[in-house]
Formats: sequence, structure tokens, C-alpha cells
Amino acid sequence: MITSGIEDEDKWLAEGIAGIQHHAFYMHRALDANNLREALKYSAQLLSELRTSRLSPHKYFELYMRAFDELRKLEMFFKEQDRHGCSVADLYELVQHAGNILPRLYLLCTVGSVYIKSKDAPAKDVLKDLVEMCRGVQHPIRGLFLRSYLAQVSRDKLPDIVSECEGDADTIMDAVEFVLQNFIEMNKLWVRMELQGPVRVIEKRNKERNELRDLVGKNLHVLSQIEGIDLEMYKDTVLPRILEQVVNCKDELAQYYLMDCIIQVFPDEYHLQTLETLLGACPQLQPMVDIKTVLSLLMERLSNYAASSPELLPEFLQVEAFAKLSNAIGKVIEAQVDMPVVGAITLYVSLLTFTLRVHPDRLDYVDQVLGACVKKLSGKAKLEDTKATKQVVALLSAPLEKYNDIVTALTLSNYPRVMDHLDDGTNKVMAMVIIQSIMTNNTCISTADKVEVLFELIKGLIKDLDGTPVDELDEEDFKEEQNSVARLIHMLYNDDPEEMLKIICTVRKHIMTGGAKRLPFTVPPLVFSALKLIRRLQGQDGEVDGEEVPATPKKIFQLLNQTVEALSYAQSPELALRLYLQCAEAANDSDLEPVAYECFTQAFLLYEEEVADSKAQVTAIHLVIGTLQRMNVFGVENRDTLTHKATGYSAKLLKKPDQCRAVYACSHLFWVDDQDGIKDGERVLLCLKRSLRIANAAQQMANVARGSSGPITLFVEILNKYLYFFEKGNPQITGAAIQGLIELIKNMQSDTTTPDRASDAFFASALRYIQFQKEKGGAMGELYNTINV
Amino acid sequence: MVLVLALGDLHIPHRAPDLPPKFKSMLVPGKIQHIICTGNLCIKEVHDYLKTICPDLHITRGEYDDETRYPETKTLTIGQFKLGVCHGHQVIPWGDLDSLAMLQRQLDVDILVTGHTHQFTAYKHEAGVVINPGSATGAYSSVTCDVNPSFVLMDIDATRVVVYVYELVDGEVKVDKIDFKKTTATTAH
Repeated sequence: MITSGIEDEDKWLAEGIAGIQHHAFYMHRALDANNLREALKYSAQLLSELRTSRLSPHKYFELYMRAFDELRKLEMFFKEQDRHGCSVADLYELVQHAGNILPRLYLLCTVGSVYIKSKDAPAKDVLKDLVEMCRGVQHPIRGLFLRSYLAQVSRDKLPDIVSECEGDADTIMDAVEFVLQNFIEMNKLWVRMELQGPVRVIEKRNKERNELRDLVGKNLHVLSQIEGIDLEMYKDTVLPRILEQVVNCKDELAQYYLMDCIIQVFPDEYHLQTLETLLGACPQLQPMVDIKTVLSLLMERLSNYAASSPELLPEFLQVEAFAKLSNAIGKVIEAQVDMPVVGAITLYVSLLTFTLRVHPDRLDYVDQVLGACVKKLSGKAKLEDTKATKQVVALLSAPLEKYNDIVTALTLSNYPRVMDHLDDGTNKVMAMVIIQSIMTNNTCISTADKVEVLFELIKGLIKDLDGTPVDELDEEDFKEEQNSVARLIHMLYNDDPEEMLKIICTVRKHIMTGGAKRLPFTVPPLVFSALKLIRRLQGQDGEVDGEEVPATPKKIFQLLNQTVEALSYAQSPELALRLYLQCAEAANDSDLEPVAYECFTQAFLLYEEEVADSKAQVTAIHLVIGTLQRMNVFGVENRDTLTHKATGYSAKLLKKPDQCRAVYACSHLFWVDDQDGIKDGERVLLCLKRSLRIANAAQQMANVARGSSGPITLFVEILNKYLYFFEKGNPQITGAAIQGLIELIKNMQSDTTTPDRASDAFFASALRYIQFQKEKGGAMGELYNTINV
Repeated sequence: MVLVLALGDLHIPHRAPDLPPKFKSMLVPGKIQHIICTGNLCIKEVHDYLKTICPDLHITRGEYDDETRYPETKTLTIGQFKLGVCHGHQVIPWGDLDSLAMLQRQLDVDILVTGHTHQFTAYKHEAGVVINPGSATGAYSSVTCDVNPSFVLMDIDATRVVVYVYELVDGEVKVDKIDFKKTTATTAH
């Protein structure tokens, strides 16, 4: 039997259909002749084809539909008493003579439906009679289809308030009773299929059972459409009776399907009012039932229902929907000991989604859900199940998405505790989600306490967690993460300098644990955040006597010094040098000479000891000169020391042209073009002369090494510097000197064998500029009159 | 008519988290033909972002740029204008117009675009123009207090350039317009 293939089944189906067609032919003839006896005989023979047990549910359904069509015709015939001359009551007796039980019951149901319609007998009695008699068929498939037929033909004849069979409360109860009983019997038949046949075909059987489930479920659908069922009746009778059957049948497939069915077919309003009953059944279900999907469905429907009208919220509060759901989930997790972690967390995600949608203002509920999740996860090692991890991420992301505000999440005490259960990789992903949320919503984190909590949440990005093999890190990912942290630091802000200093200290404490790899990313934003604070404090009075002022530039500079120092140890000397120079300028603006001097000292030390690349040296020395040029805080002695160092290092650069340019840049250290600026014309001239010597040396070297004169551009650059100081009124720079330089360049141009177009253009441009100034007239024109081009 | 976006000193993420959203919504792809960036982006993401606005991107190196492929100076020709770009930290004293004018003569350009000071400026000097687009993120600067985010759009049409300055002041974008006409031809093209 089992091995018999689909072909055999097709053959049997074809035979069955042929049989039905054969007998139907004779039945039609009898109907045309109004011959009741013959009609009954052939219809019974036709229905006998349904007695087969060789067909799968799918094929049996096809056969059933053929028979069903024929029965419609028979029903029409039964309705017209003048055609067969028999009263319905007599007919009801008559069909019971059919020899076989299955055809007999089909005929009885058919007549029964006509009987009810004729109102010759109370619907209640007929229905009760039919539903009882159908017990005679106990074969699952045959029984299910027979009862399905009964449900079908009786559907429009149930006594209901609006149906033509007018009913009162009692008759509605009768209808409910009838459907319930039919449902219970069908479910029993359906469950019994499970017990038939050998275990090895379990998969096939489950598939077959699934094909039949809608036959059973249709009863619930019918119940939901009886308008006479009010909330009270649903609560007192309908739901308890259905659930009793669901729980008692102890069948996984049936339990899952029917719970799902109940939630889908009955109104949400009823669910809300019967939550306790409905949820009470959940822990009693079989351990393998996928209860999380059922509950998720319920919660989703309820939150949609709540969203449909704001007026419904009081109802949710009144029935304590959250507490009941939360409680039920706890019980289900407790009852289903074998439920995998992912299942439990999925349930919490659904509950959280429900909470966020229905009670967005109740952060305590949100925290409760997270707390329950922590409880479930506690005592276990970090999650390794990727599905469970995904659910935890969903759980943690939901509040962020809902509130668009991390500050809210920071108040949830259980939030970091849930994060602790994530593996390091996922922890980082979650930390990135948190930072993203802050950046997209432009959220400002404004207190040190919140910053502390935040850094606790994102600690996976801030430092190496135990057991992370560093070499496994992806370089690109690491950069992206650290740059995100750097961006984040700008979002930690308070207008109050005192609180801002606390924030800076908190951030510093955390990022200092990051190690040499992270510091180059995290120190600069912290330094600039602190420099901004210093700028805010400038203009305010410093320490007031006898009063402790917590946020002073001096204190912040101490902090900055230590911070930048850490960076210089972290193999980022060039970055540290730049930051020291930034600090020096800020100290200049704060009028703190010792601090500024210390910063320059550190910058020079780094330059000497750590900046080795010649190109990096050129940039660094220009930054040193550029910064030093702007400093006005230094006394003569300090200034001399620093300018001396700067010019010394300038003249020691590797390439001659670089030396030359750095040295002429140093000339600006001795001539600051503002009111109180230093104006040491002599030393300016010394610098320019020195740079000229270097330019000469460069040209000679080029002659020797390449056999050609070097480019004259350096000389033109120096000429421009001469013009600059000439215009500024430096008495040491004379028109004659400039005239001499111009002649020098002109001679070089005519001597050279390798003309350089760029230098020539530059020189021409310089001469044009002199001409332009001459033509300007006034004081400037007069000044330039001493020069001939 | 050619639209050239000039910007620089973004200092992301050292000094600012990102470009102001209002600027981002203005800088849409397909409208700008060239981008001139004076440097200090400072990370590759910013480079990639600028590329999405316009693939013709000219960047010079700021002192915080790790990218060593950015040159110190760069020149390009748009219409009849020769443009020069340089970050500006190399030109001492910083932001000094006379010193920048020397660089302009050296590069032999009509329009010189530099940065570093985070302060928008546009000067006509001799026959040329010296422009500093400021800091596009309004980044902290030791040179300039109270930096407002700003950038420059240059509308170059044959011999005329209209400089539009976009500045974010108290959350509102303010636009200023400066008109320059090319008077003399530059040498050596």
C-alpha cells in the first residue's frame, strides 16, 4: 500500500470519478422522471464511491467535489415536494433506509438541510440529530469530509439573529453548540490521523494532515461569523470550549494551527478582553509547538489594533495587557524547557515591539523586557548562535529606532547588560548602530554621566576586549569604527564649562585605554574639543581669590599635555607635533607663556627625535615657523631660543631648495606686520642673505652634479621676499639690493643653457608686479621709483 | 558656463563630525563640473563623498592629510582662466595676502585658491583673484575665532567669474556674490 505510487492513486481516482459519473447518469434520469425511489437508490450508489480509503486527502477532495455537485441537484429535487410527493419529515425517515452508513449520512445531511429550511422541525433538533449521527463514521478522512459537508450545508441555516431562522439567545446557543460539537469531533478525527500508519511515513502524513486543516478550521470561521455571539458568550462559552479541545488534543500540528486560527478569525477586541484565557492556554501546549510565532502574531495584531485608534489605549491599560503578555511569555519560556535561546529572545523582541508601539511612554516596560532577556541569558557564556545574536541586535535596535534618541536608551539600566551577552564582533556592530543613531539624529549627549554610560555601551570600539586576536582585525573596518568614535566625540557637549570639562575628562579616561592603534584616531577630536572649551573660557577672568574655579585654561592645558604626550608614544609623532603647535597657539591666546613654551619644547623634541622623513620635516618646520610667527606671548629670551632653533633646523633640511625656502620663511619671525609686532630688520636681512647663499650653493651643486645650472626659481622667490619687506618699510632692504638681485637673475637667464619656462614666467610676473606698483603712484610708486626693470 | 566648487579644511573627523546637512543637501551630483579642494579632508570617506558630487576633483595636501598622493600645489585651466590651488600652510605668514600674491605670481595663475585660515576671503590683487573658501565644516582654527562653515561656487564664463560664497550663519545659509572680470591676459598658455 505504502509503496503504491502516484500512478496507482490516479487510477483509483479515475475509477471513482467514473463510478460517480455512471451512477449520476441514472440518478439524473430518475430526477427527470421525478422517481424518488430510483433517485435515492442511485444517489446512494454514487455516494458509495466516497467509501474508498485508498486515496490521499488531496485526491479524495477531488472525488468529494464531484459527489458534492451531484448532491446539490438532489437537494433541489428534495425541496420540491410536488415533484416527489413526499413530506420532508417522511423523506428524513426514508433516506435512513440506505444500506451503507456513509451514503446514508450524506443523504440525511442533505435532507436535514431542507428540513430545517422548511421549518417543519426545530433547527436545533435536526442539527443535534445530524451532528450526533455523524459519529457513525470514524474513519478520519471519510469522517472529516462528511462533517465538512454537514458544516457546509448547514451554514446558512444556523439560527442566528440576522439569519432567516430567527433566533433568540437560546437558539443562538444551539447554533454555537452545534458548530462547537462538529468542530470538536472533526478535530478528534484529524488528530487521530496522526496515530494511523507506520512512523516512517510521518513526513508524508503531516503533509496530508496539513492539507486537511482548513476543513477543521472552517468551523472556527463559521463561529466567528455568527453575529449573535457577543463578547460575553465568547468569553464564557466559545473560547473556553475551543481552548479545552486545543489543549486536550495534545497534538502539535493541531495546536499550532488552531491557536493561529483563533487569533486570525476572531476580532482583536475579543482577544484583548480574553487575554488571560487565551494566554493561559499557551504554557499548556505541547513542548514542540511553535508558540513564539503564535504569540508574536497575537502581539502584532494587538499593537495594530491599538494603533487604529488612540481611544483604545485605556482599554489596554485596564486589562493590563502588557503585564499579562509579559507574564505569559515568562511562563511559556519556563514551560518549554527545550526552547532554544533564539526562540525566547524572539518572543522578547515581539513583546518589545508591542510595548514600543502601544506604550511608547513607558520606558519602565521597555527596561522590564530587556531585564527579562538578561535573566534568560544570564549564567550563559556569550552568545554563539548567529540567529539568537541577530535577535538580540533587533532587541537593542528597536528602542533606538523608536525614540531616535540614544539618551533615552541610556536611561535603560538593562540595556548594557543585554549588550554584554553579545560576542565581540556583534558588540562592535551594535556600538556602531548606536553611534549611527546619534549622528543621524544629531543627538547631543550633554552630561558626563550619560557619556560614561555611552562609553560603557560602545566599549567594544574603545579598547581591546579580552580575547580579541588583534591580527584578525580588518584594517578598513577598524578605521571606519575609529573614525566613527572620533565623530562621536563632537556630539558630547555642554554649554556649561564645568560640565564640559567633566565630559572631556570622562572621554579622556576611556580613550586612553584604547592603545597605540586607536589613539591617533581618538586623541585629535578630544584635543580640539578641549581647545574649543579653552577658547570659550578666554575673556573670562581666571581664578578668583579664595574660590575654586574648576574649569580654567591652565587645568585643561595640563590635561591636554598629558593627552598629546600619549600620542607621541603611540608612534604618531607628526600628529602629536601638530597638536602641540595647536595647543601653543591656544596658550598664546590665553596668555600662558610657560604653557606655550612647553608646547614648543615638546614639538621641537619630537622634530629632533621622531620626524625622520625629509618631506615630513619640510612640512613640520613650516608649521613650526608659521605658528611661531604668530606668537606674541614670549619674552625676548624665550623667543630668541625658539627662533634660533627654528632657523637652525631650517638650515639643516636635507635638500638645498627646502633649506633655502625654510630659511627665507624664517625672515618673518623677525618682522611681524602689526602694531606691536617685532620689527628686527637686520635679522630679516640676515635670513634673506642666508637663503641667497643656500640658493647659490644649490645652483653650484646642480652645476657639478648635472652639468647644468639649476633652476633660478629660488632667486625669484627670494626677490619676491625682498620686495615684500621693501614694501613693509624695512630699512635694511634697499632698492639697490633689489636692483642687484634683478640684474643677477637677468644674467643667470642669459647664461643658462636650459631655459626654464616656469621660472621665466615667474620672473616676468615679478617684474610686471614692480611695474604695476611703480604706476600706482603715491607713496608706493615713489618707493619703487628707485628700482629700474 | 562652468560651475566650480571650491572648498577645504573639513577636518573630518578631527574637528567636525561631518559637513552641515544643509550644505550636503545643496551639493547634489550633476550640477558641478569641477571641484577644487584645498586639503585637510582628512579621511578617505570625505574624498569618496566629494567624488560622488563630481568626479573631476582637484585636491592639494593639507597638513592633516595622510594621503601622500595629494600634491602641494596644483594648477588647472578652466575657460580662459588659469587656476592655482594650494592648502596654504606653506605660505608664511598664514593668510597674508602679499605672500599669497607671491605664490600667485609663482604659479602664474589668474585665480589662486588657498585655505588654512578657515576664514572666507576673496581679494582682487593686481590682475588676479585670491580666494579662500573658508572651512566647509566650520572647523576650529587657531587662526580664526568663531568660524562659520562656508564654501565657494565659481561660475566661470569665458572672461568673467562670479564667486558665490555660501556661509552658514546661525543655521541659515547666506549667499554673497562677487563679480570679477579678467582684464589682462596671463602669460604663457
